[in-house]
Amino acid sequence: MKRARVAFGGAVHDAVAHAGGLRLADGRVVAEADAVWLPPFEVGTVIALGLNYADHLKELSKELTVTTQDEPLAFLKSPGALIGHRGQTRRPSDATFMHYECELAVVIGGTTRNVKRDQAMQHVMGYTVANDYAIRDYLENYYRPNLRVKNRDTCTVIGPWLVDAADVPDPHALELRTLVNGQITQRGNTRNLMNDIPALIEYLSSFMTLDRGDVILTGTPDGVVNVDVGDEVVTEIDGIGRLVNTIVGDAAFGRA
Amino acid sequence: MPTVYGTLLNFRDALDALGAAVHQPPYKAPPKAPVLYIKPRNTIAADGDAVIVPSGVDALEVGASLGLVIGRTACRVDEADALDVVSGYVVVNDVSVPHASYYRPSMRFKCRDGFCPIGAPVARAAVADPNALTLRIEVDGTEVRRASASDLVRPIGRLLADVTDFMTLHPGDVLMIGVPARAPQVRAGQRSRITIDGVGSLSNHYVAETAA
Repeated sequence: MKRARVAFGGAVHDAVAHAGGLRLADGRVVAEADAVWLPPFEVGTVIALGLNYADHLKELSKELTVTTQDEPLAFLKSPGALIGHRGQTRRPSDATFMHYECELAVVIGGTTRNVKRDQAMQHVMGYTVANDYAIRDYLENYYRPNLRVKNRDTCTVIGPWLVDAADVPDPHALELRTLVNGQITQRGNTRNLMNDIPALIEYLSSFMTLDRGDVILTGTPDGVVNVDVGDEVVTEIDGIGRLVNTIVGDAAFGRA
Repeated sequence: MPTVYGTLLNFRDALDALGAAVHQPPYKAPPKAPVLYIKPRNTIAADGDAVIVPSGVDALEVGASLGLVIGRTACRVDEADALDVVSGYVVVNDVSVPHASYYRPSMRFKCRDGFCPIGAPVARAAVADPNALTLRIEVDGTEVRRASASDLVRPIGRLLADVTDFMTLHPGDVLMIGVPARAPQVRAGQRSRITIDGVGSLSNHYVAETAA
């Protein structure tokens, strides 16, 4: 089952995928473009991984002071930074390098504490796509990546669907790609995750209790490029979803 | 879901403690914008709660802070009337496993279950000037540290203005103003009490993981 949360006709609805777009819980069928798409589940703690694909690590290594890795590079974001499918993301006018990051998002289904890797997948409720933008101009070397880079309003796009875990037989064999204005700029496959999903759940749950709606953004592969105002950015994972986002400028947000 | 944010190096003495290191690798330059971090929901605890000292760790840091409770949606607030978005104040104990580097500390140091006890809120009107509040930390009944919110790199209004320029704060969110330098360390068996006059006090005790 593919589930969504949308606003339509003056209310927020749970919906499921339908040949005509979406079917709301009340039976109405709504075209994709007629709904306002929200993050597809009630979002709890948002954990993101840095440098979890070997090729991306190489890509960014020039700016890394510390390259040795003895545990996953995990950091936190807040639910307020998230927007849904077909949303707009603001590119500040002073930014010179703003890039997308296509990531498989793993959604936790219930209380998860001290779970070993062989039991870890039982705690996954489902999967979705995330586009975790970064504005590298704002990177500072304190508590990297600092929230001004990674937790900006509108800069984490998630959806369109929450796909039930049972419908994803192997989450470690998914092709993912990003298209900017229709041109493929990033490709990868989740088989190349340095820390796979069970490893991440075992690691995180060893010191923090995860709960329903907590989400792990598993990192992005090689191929991040700058995006500009007006660009349409599509982050896509086979079998999970095709997440569309548009870059807008300061003026759309009432900023000079 | 409300989020609890911490602010790094906002007490002047905490930034000063880094000294010339701010110009050297890995930092390379002093911080320009506010540096924030998140205490996730699993860390939230209350007055009187036990904090678990993980096995393999000698002592924990007691990070005393004043938390600003956000009362209404705060986006691009002006410094001059920033306090309008604050509904009240809380005492926060931002517990950490001691770590020397601020470059990219592991989540293990700050995000363990129960690592963010928060006291009961008081209304904004109960505090005349939050930038003049004094924080006192006691360990086992003895005062070990005292700091003033007048010693901030970014006073509260400036902090709210700079943070909400890139990130909206939502009702129920808590923004800590920072933690003073030389945070006291506590071992299993000890107790801490953080007091902020006019806001309240927050007591916690520390137990070894194996005994929990």
